[in-house]
Amino acid sequence: MNDSNPEQPKQSWWRRLSSGLKRTSSSIGSAVADLVIRRKLDRAMLEDIEDVLLRADLGTDVAAKIAAAVGHGRYDKSISADEVKAVVAAEVEKVLAPVAMPLAIDAAQKPFVILVVGVNGSGKTTTIGKLASRFAAEGRKVMLAAGDTFRAAAIEQLKVWGERTGAPVIARAQGSDSAGLAFDAITAAKTAATDVLLIDTAGRLQNKAELMNELEKVVRVIKKVDASAPHAVLLVLDATVGQNALSQVEAFHRIAGVTGLVMTKLDGTARGGILVALSQKYKLPVHFIGVGEGVDDLAPFTAPDFAKAIAGIES
Amino acid sequence: MFDNLSEKLGGILDRLTRRGALTEADVDAAMREVRRALLEADVALDVVRGFTEKVREQAIGATVVKSVTPGQMVVKIVHDQLIATLGADGQTIDLNAPAPVPIMMVGLQGSGKTTTTAKLARRLTSRDKRKVLMASLDVYRPAAMEQLAVLGRDLEIQTLPIVAGQKPAQIARRALEAAKLGGYDVVLLDTAGRTTLDEEMMTEAAEIKAAANPHEVLLVADSLTGQDAVNLARSFDQRVGLTGIVLTRIDGDGRGGAALSMREVTGKPIKLLGTGEKTDALEDFHPDRIAGRILGMGDVVSLVEKAAAHIDAEKAARVAEKMRKGQFDLNDMREQLQQMAKMGGIGGLMGMMPGIAKIKNQIAAAGIDDHILKRQMAIIDSMTRQERKHPDILKASRKKRIAAGAGQKVEDINKLLKMHRNMADMMKMMGSGKRGPMAGIAQAMGFGGGMPSPEQMKAMAEKMPKGADGLPQLPKDLPAGLRTGLPNLPGLTGLSGKPTLPGLGGFPGFGKKK
Ligand SMILES: Nc1nc2c(ncn2[C@@H]2O[C@H](COP(=O)(O)OP(=O)(O)OP(=O)(O)O)[C@@H](O)[C@H]2O)c(=O)[nH]1
Ligand SMILES: Nc1nc2c(ncn2[C@@H]2O[C@H](COP(=O)(O)OP(=O)(O)OP(=O)(O)O)[C@@H](O)[C@H]2O)c(=O)[nH]1
Ligand SMILES: [Mg+2]
Ligand SMILES: [Mg+2]
Repeated sequence: MNDSNPEQPKQSWWRRLSSGLKRTSSSIGSAVADLVIRRKLDRAMLEDIEDVLLRADLGTDVAAKIAAAVGHGRYDKSISADEVKAVVAAEVEKVLAPVAMPLAIDAAQKPFVILVVGVNGSGKTTTIGKLASRFAAEGRKVMLAAGDTFRAAAIEQLKVWGERTGAPVIARAQGSDSAGLAFDAITAAKTAATDVLLIDTAGRLQNKAELMNELEKVVRVIKKVDASAPHAVLLVLDATVGQNALSQVEAFHRIAGVTGLVMTKLDGTARGGILVALSQKYKLPVHFIGVGEGVDDLAPFTAPDFAKAIAGIES
Repeated sequence: MFDNLSEKLGGILDRLTRRGALTEADVDAAMREVRRALLEADVALDVVRGFTEKVREQAIGATVVKSVTPGQMVVKIVHDQLIATLGADGQTIDLNAPAPVPIMMVGLQGSGKTTTTAKLARRLTSRDKRKVLMASLDVYRPAAMEQLAVLGRDLEIQTLPIVAGQKPAQIARRALEAAKLGGYDVVLLDTAGRTTLDEEMMTEAAEIKAAANPHEVLLVADSLTGQDAVNLARSFDQRVGLTGIVLTRIDGDGRGGAALSMREVTGKPIKLLGTGEKTDALEDFHPDRIAGRILGMGDVVSLVEKAAAHIDAEKAARVAEKMRKGQFDLNDMREQLQQMAKMGGIGGLMGMMPGIAKIKNQIAAAGIDDHILKRQMAIIDSMTRQERKHPDILKASRKKRIAAGAGQKVEDINKLLKMHRNMADMMKMMGSGKRGPMAGIAQAMGFGGGMPSPEQMKAMAEKMPKGADGLPQLPKDLPAGLRTGLPNLPGLTGLSGKPTLPGLGGFPGFGKKK
């Protein structure tokens, strides 16, 4: 683990992604390689391609679509494993390229308010820690708001991240109103001439009306202090999640006005292919990926790399 | 999206011959839909393969009873196979070992290990009267140990004092030692989250196991997990050795296919379900519930239980009686709205109801949400007693006063009144209705068997206001209340508006009492 081993030389996230991939027997890379040394691209091969996409959580519709696109114009032609992988990657990339966008911080907004939302345990608090470190390294003045006033020790967890990154943390006691806390934090951030304010929220399942109403209230209260805020609303998705991510994005977008996505835990065996389905359906920008628990384990989302990882191409 | 397998299969199979045995061609066509349904419910592909093969074998040559459509027949086979694969109920935590009994929790990051540790400690303490010690072995995540300590403090359950600098296996030994000395019955060991690719961390988990020799090793996994469920369950089982699985976030609206995947690849029983963030949200596993979810038939049993827990039977009976007599006034309506709010609002109800994805989408599209419940209750609260009993007397000046009182527009009052009229009409229709296939649910909800037949439902749907000017047909019938315990719920065909299934009495597990 990164935290316990800071001196260990850091592999690039891409290396780690592909080394992880190598050990996943069901990844598209090995499956396709086993299946096609060089043979005709036929129906059976397309079905195999579809299967490996399904195993990466792309979902039935998108997997079928991409497999069809791979077959288009190549049917009955002889093709090698590497070529198949490259074509699959290219097709996936086509879907992802338009959503791969950096998170732009508008320096005119002081503070630039970022609200971080998502279901329980997806990695919100950790992502805030990583973002705080990144923004601080860019020379910005960062402040954190402990808006998860519900979960046990959620405030303490964010405070540790504050210490690690040198960012002050605005907090109230556990159990207090999270909208009120957000209000306090923006006010404090204004006074302290903060560049970026990152607001943590409690994890909530998108089908819980009461909790979603509470989130709506947080947004409403933020707007009271600064009508243009929140300037970004990041939905944090766990890479292991399956088709439920579709409904997560829909609900959080509707209630909190999500402006972009972050996908965490891509250092595990899950491929996060649901992002492809999400990109096709909602076209929300994808800013970052999380590839570990350490402060530096955050990387910008890049479509070619992600597509290659899904297709099992090592670089 | 796929909503109800039986409808899909109905479309494919019901055109086919209604008598005799299912042919191979019939079954192959059906299996494509079954495969798709399972994949969309997040069952892992390799598990889907083996599963559909088993279903196929049983379905080919199966004789279709005259009164049952081939589609219904296949759904029944799929459902039974799901239950068989998911395993029997009643497999719960085993404490049959010399005290202190060590129990170890493992899983990916953020899956719910710490929360589940606290939930289990609470259950063992308060229900099973055991003396429980909890220990956090998570020396990595910020405030992980504090999290367990806070939960312990809230529950008044002991946690092992935190000693900085110890390794997880050392802490495990210390916990066992402390438990022995302190006369504890059970020691719960919460561990750090880890990915299965992290060699060091997987080795550490094996070391903890070797040090503590736990009687139970529980994999705590998120029920919203997708295809990765097979990798994670297999790896944890191979590297650490599991005795059972706990599925968390069952309170979400995921389809829960991961349950099938994990059970199939490990053969280990699913022992507990996490159904919320609070420490009392822990339930035993019942395969029929998960099977119903995977099939998209809604968690009818849960819905009914939830209704039972929240609804005052006497009040409900009174309202039902008034409905039948057509005396449904605004007081009654307010009660209905309140009951709905208590049961988790529109979203919560909708998530549990089978075959209503379409209505759900319409609601979302119309922008109807739980605010409306609260706003409508506020309107009724601003009326006088007289007005609530006799909505007819509400003329312009009264409406203006009420609107001002409730902080809303006169228009909103009119919408509410229109909705009330529609509801009252519908109640009357129900009161006079013949027994339709929803009679079972109806009884459960306190309508005394007067729920509408599909044709009546259709007629009612047409009566209902379209768009944003009222609540949709479904929710308002639901919370009318339960008279007695669990009802005799009808098969899913009844719910999807198809004929009942005479041949298959206790169809998909709903008919059984638990
Ligand atoms: N391997 C890995 N673990 C991660 C990553 N991001 C977060 N985590 C871990 O996932 C777990 C949950 O992360 P949190 O940041 O607490 O998640 P959260 O969304 O704030 O959780 P709640 O506030 O409880 O809803 C922690 O153990 C984190 O260390 C990642 O990119 N990779
Ligand atoms: N809705 C819901 N939330 C749950 C459930 N179980 C746990 N949670 C929430 O999920 C989040 C993560 O739970 P934790 O218990 O911290 O998870 P963990 O596995 O210990 O996390 P790490 O130690 O960081 O790996 C918290 O926000 C919990 O409140 C459940 O059954 N339902
Ligand atoms: Mg958090
Ligand atoms: Mg934990």
